[in-house]
Amino acid sequence: MSESELNLLYSEIEQELRASVRELLAHRCPWQSVLDRVSHHAPAEVTDRALWQELAELDVLGLFVPETLGGAGATAREASSVAEELGRAVAPVPFLGSAVLATGALVALGTAEEQVRALLTDLAAGQRCATLVVPLPTAPGSGFPSQVRADGSQLTGTVPGVVDALSADVLVVPALGAEGPGLYLLPADQATLSPVVSLDQTRPLAEVTLTGAEATRVAVGQQAVDAVEAALLTGAVLLAAEQLGTAEWAFDTTVAYLKERVQFARPIGSFQALKHRVADLWVLLAQARAVVRHAASALAADSEDLPLAAALAQAFVSEVAVKVTEEAVQLHGGIGFTWEHPVHLYLKRAKSASLSLGTADRHRARIADLVGLPPAP
Amino acid sequence: MTPSSEAPPDAAELRARVAAFVAEHDPATTDQTEFLAARYDAGLAWVHFPKGAGGLGAPRALQNVVDAEFERFGFVPVDREGLVIGLGMAAPTIAAFGTPEQRDRFLKPIYTGEEVWCQLFSEPGAGSDLAAVGTRAVRDGTDWVIDGHKVWTSLAHRAQWAILLARTDPDVPKHRGLTYFLCDMTAPGVTVRPLRQMTGEAEFNEVYLDEVRIPDSLRLGGVGEGWKVAQTTLMNERVSIGGRPEPREGGLIGIVSDLWRSRPDLRTRGLHEELLRLWVAAEAARLTKERLRQQLAAGQPGPEGSATKLSFAELNQRISGLELELRGVEGLTYDDWTFRRPEKPDLLGRGPGFRYLRAKGNSIEGGTSEILRTIIAERVLGLPPEPRADKDLAWKDLPR
Repeated sequence: MSESELNLLYSEIEQELRASVRELLAHRCPWQSVLDRVSHHAPAEVTDRALWQELAELDVLGLFVPETLGGAGATAREASSVAEELGRAVAPVPFLGSAVLATGALVALGTAEEQVRALLTDLAAGQRCATLVVPLPTAPGSGFPSQVRADGSQLTGTVPGVVDALSADVLVVPALGAEGPGLYLLPADQATLSPVVSLDQTRPLAEVTLTGAEATRVAVGQQAVDAVEAALLTGAVLLAAEQLGTAEWAFDTTVAYLKERVQFARPIGSFQALKHRVADLWVLLAQARAVVRHAASALAADSEDLPLAAALAQAFVSEVAVKVTEEAVQLHGGIGFTWEHPVHLYLKRAKSASLSLGTADRHRARIADLVGLPPAP
Repeated sequence: MTPSSEAPPDAAELRARVAAFVAEHDPATTDQTEFLAARYDAGLAWVHFPKGAGGLGAPRALQNVVDAEFERFGFVPVDREGLVIGLGMAAPTIAAFGTPEQRDRFLKPIYTGEEVWCQLFSEPGAGSDLAAVGTRAVRDGTDWVIDGHKVWTSLAHRAQWAILLARTDPDVPKHRGLTYFLCDMTAPGVTVRPLRQMTGEAEFNEVYLDEVRIPDSLRLGGVGEGWKVAQTTLMNERVSIGGRPEPREGGLIGIVSDLWRSRPDLRTRGLHEELLRLWVAAEAARLTKERLRQQLAAGQPGPEGSATKLSFAELNQRISGLELELRGVEGLTYDDWTFRRPEKPDLLGRGPGFRYLRAKGNSIEGGTSEILRTIIAERVLGLPPEPRADKDLAWKDLPR
């Protein structure tokens, strides 16, 4: 499929899906409850498993999983619309680790092997959670991870910054063994998980240590390499969608605040200095939406253009989300610097996400490579 | 052909009408003007215009369907660049506000390209503040007598007709004292002079109006309603967007990228970083335009058009600036300062110095970037207006 034919609009089904997720989150995950969770819970308890179960009941955890593997048999486009809503709510659920990275790797195996099929079915149903054991900053195209070594079926190594490991039942581990790269599954309780105090408290991280842990190999060689790359590409695209949602909440909230906050006997939104700043943010968001739709469509269509579309999405949307949330803090003035106002949750999410799955800089370097703009000698 | 009915035609019916039309008029052998005239008579010129005015009263979005269908049959009109004001601004305004006589007289030759139009709006003292225009129109029997000075008028030296905004009542606040006219550019008292710009060429003109007589039958809309009529014109200026997707690296970014590829000797690390940032921004802007195109084709127009204008202005300026730096000693040269009168700016065909200078106009023409930001903030985002000094004062009492 030519890249210019990709559909950049939202389908009716996507809009319905978005509406039902938004309704659930408005009811079950208002910012007050997110703020309460991060204020009063340890990292391992921030994740809202009950909410995850309710999302599973909406059938949105296995959207791009084929029906034969227990999923909804939709595409990454629908998953992208859901990711936008989860970002909009900074929902503390293991979407990125479980429904995107782990699921992405397992779907890419394209296998009907019983263990993988059963796991995918459980992940889509919210019965079990999983994650891909790589440092969260790992970018697509950066080669097979080398932190973990396999000795037969026993894994050893330490992986820092693993997302959603604390809520995982199963770990999906890329490891290098005698036969080269392999992808392994093991129960999470076979690993030592050290919680990290994370900048984005709504997205718990852990250091995963494996010391001869017994695991099952589900792929080896090129198949394992491809599965990890597919997971990272899927992650890059759906994370960009989530970043868009995060930025949109910050933007909408800021525009509303500019209309109601009065100083110098005028709503501050009547000052041109502020108007022009939000107008520029609106332009960036309109562009980010087009870029995210393009990447989601490329992923859904398994387009040849996917690596470029994913790199573009991360290079562009990461910076937009950081810019919009930073401006949201500034435009809120004093209240924006407090703990009681939720805008900090969004700033932290946006900044952390911009380091996740590759910084904008790494993605620009990847684009340079993909479109033939080599660096200076 | 489907029999005509009261309900406006849908996409399927329009396709059938185009097929029937093309069967009667072979695009390969029919003269373009003749073909377009017949297309106008068949209501397939602007399908969203009323019946008898080149249209069929169809939804606006279906115009894309009709254009695509004609293109499929091999009909792509040529030499239409000089017609942008007539097609894009005069026609929709005349369709919306014109009397039956005005529609009959003007719409068809606009569509066929037999009459070229220009726009007499901006003045030396009324740029961003268009409602402040001071060109006077004074009633004299069945005529109006016009005196004033207009600027930035593209195509005035070729136009037979102009849309004109003039002040008929200086004693009321500025938005209320304006009237909209159709002005014969060949009438006595109309003087057109080229307005040379920093690039050395003159795409635009100044137009002096010295006791120009316009019959009242060429007034468009009511006396004092010129601002409302002009809004329709300006709205259409901003929605014009191409019917075809633009390819990746289709604009200035393609020129600089190709230069980077072909000239390893010019590469530096800092410029590489800047090039990549601009490549990303240009691709995002291109996809935004493509998304807007898809929205329009699906009948879901959005306000993203103003985003597109803002971002392309900034991009063109940054990319053309980068190109000069990249070229080193060549960047110090200019292709040609000879005074000339181009039909439209040739950003891709001219030299890098020209691109850099011409792009400076992109954030000024058709609404400055600052005005566009204010429009986005107030009309799209609903932020409150700034307190204003000029809303209730009579135009003649405004500071100037």
